[in-house]
Amino acid sequence: MSLVSLRNVGKTYQSRLGAAYTAVRGFEMEIEPGEFICLLGTSGCGKTTVLNMLAGFEMPTEGSISIGGAQVQGPGADRGVVFQGDDSLYEWLTALENIEFGLKMRGVAKAERRDRAHRFLELVGLKGQERKHPSELSGGMKQRIQIARVLANEPAMLLMDEPFGALDAQTRSVMQQELLRIWQETRKSVLFITHDIDEAVTLASRIGVMHAGPASKLKGVIPVSISGERNRTSDDFIAIYRQVYGMIREEVALAMQRQG
Amino acid sequence: MASAPTASARKGSGWFESWGGMAIGFASFFVIWHIAATWLVGSALFPPPWPVFLRGIVLAREGLLQDQILASLSRIMQGFLLGSILGVPIGLAMGSFMPVRKILEPYTEFLRFIPAVAMITVAVIWFGIGEESKVFLIIYTTIFIVIINTATGVAGIARNKIRAAQSLGASRWQIFLHVALPATVPFILTGMRLAMANSFTTIVAAELVASNDGLGKMLWDARLFMQIEDIFVALVCLGLLGFLVDRLFRWAIRTFAGRFSPLL
Ligand SMILES: Nc1ncnc2c1ncn2[C@@H]1O[C@H](COP(=O)(O)OP(=O)(O)O)[C@@H](O)[C@H]1O
Ligand SMILES: [Mg+2]
Repeated sequence: MSLVSLRNVGKTYQSRLGAAYTAVRGFEMEIEPGEFICLLGTSGCGKTTVLNMLAGFEMPTEGSISIGGAQVQGPGADRGVVFQGDDSLYEWLTALENIEFGLKMRGVAKAERRDRAHRFLELVGLKGQERKHPSELSGGMKQRIQIARVLANEPAMLLMDEPFGALDAQTRSVMQQELLRIWQETRKSVLFITHDIDEAVTLASRIGVMHAGPASKLKGVIPVSISGERNRTSDDFIAIYRQVYGMIREEVALAMQRQG
Repeated sequence: MASAPTASARKGSGWFESWGGMAIGFASFFVIWHIAATWLVGSALFPPPWPVFLRGIVLAREGLLQDQILASLSRIMQGFLLGSILGVPIGLAMGSFMPVRKILEPYTEFLRFIPAVAMITVAVIWFGIGEESKVFLIIYTTIFIVIINTATGVAGIARNKIRAAQSLGASRWQIFLHVALPATVPFILTGMRLAMANSFTTIVAAELVASNDGLGKMLWDARLFMQIEDIFVALVCLGLLGFLVDRLFRWAIRTFAGRFSPLL
């Protein structure tokens, strides 16, 4: 059985003035345990909407989402979320305290949570930064804290919304490699949102490409079966890149048309 | 403490930045005052700093000055603390729950435009010219600023902070205690700092109108008996007190709450 299944999921936003906007409709997807899924789509197509519903932050207005057979009712510690910006970190806590936040909330004893937080702080390469506050850290470091904070809490699944979107190309590439390494070590299911084809082909075991909005859904799913280290200049990398690019090109054109 | 390195890094690097500049600033103030009083005005109605200083010493020797200062300060402190203790929870509730906000907003939005100074007459009629009326007025001048700042702080918490806590397994109560409250601390402290400044204005006005002691009363008596230097002693005391209390406040914020807001 799949870990996650989204069946015929739709989301219509109701504005205060009464206008309705259907961002997603008829969205179908299954996620298997240990899979790394990249959700790719043009800006504004509804990627965040899908992730927010899976996280339980928003309720679908149509269809159903279940995890491990149970309907999603709201947010839960089984799904760790890494947000796009850094405004989800707690400025008044140190890096270490941010990482142990979930453990503290769930009543893990102090010595043990310190220990675990230290381990994950090291795992994301932040050794030596434990007593710094988010305001004293760079953008890349802050994203690492977010990732460590979620990993330390040991969710069954990671939901990541363009986590590296704001990083420079160098840092981004380093972070991608680290995320891959962590994923290979922990084998968690990951739903990773991006609008960068290169990033998707670098990371994913499957890539889901979305239609342009409104009423967006999956246009197709492309398995990425590149064994070993992924190299941007290798033939199979380029082949998949082309395939994805072909799918998304029309959607970009459509999206631009619709935006006028 | 974890915040210590932050605090020291923010301070000026040298002696000049921390104290020297301020000393020169204050010195220049008294020099300009002296020049203005002696050469530009040259009237008995505008004494230069030195005689004012001497008069201050005399009043302090007699213990009169301390009495007035203490009278005013203790009223400010009582009203300020009570106003803050009442204002913070009300502000938290208003910022957290829409219905509470809707119900209480008419009060805050209406009353905050009636300045405490305008309430002096009512306060005196209700509470007499003793301590109660002064403390009431300071509470009044404190509470709305604290409420509004606190409510703004709570309502403005980034949604992702709450969402992150939810998906890390925090309960509603934990989110309030560990996210909403600490995220609001800088706003609460800012509100209190502004309220403290207002308290000075209010207490002087209240003591001018109706009081048996305090710096405001001292100003009023000095005018009646044309003791021009006493007026200036009171004025300088007000400035210095306000300055010191504000410094103390900033120091306390940095020392005890610096981690909540690296920017304050
Ligand atoms: N809370 C909301 N209310 C109304 N419309 C929304 C809301 N959130 C998102 N939308 C709209 O839904 C569409 C999809 O948004 P989003 O899921 O954020 O796209 P993406 O993450 O792919 O860029 C956009 O057109 C956006 O304007
Ligand atoms: Mg998005």
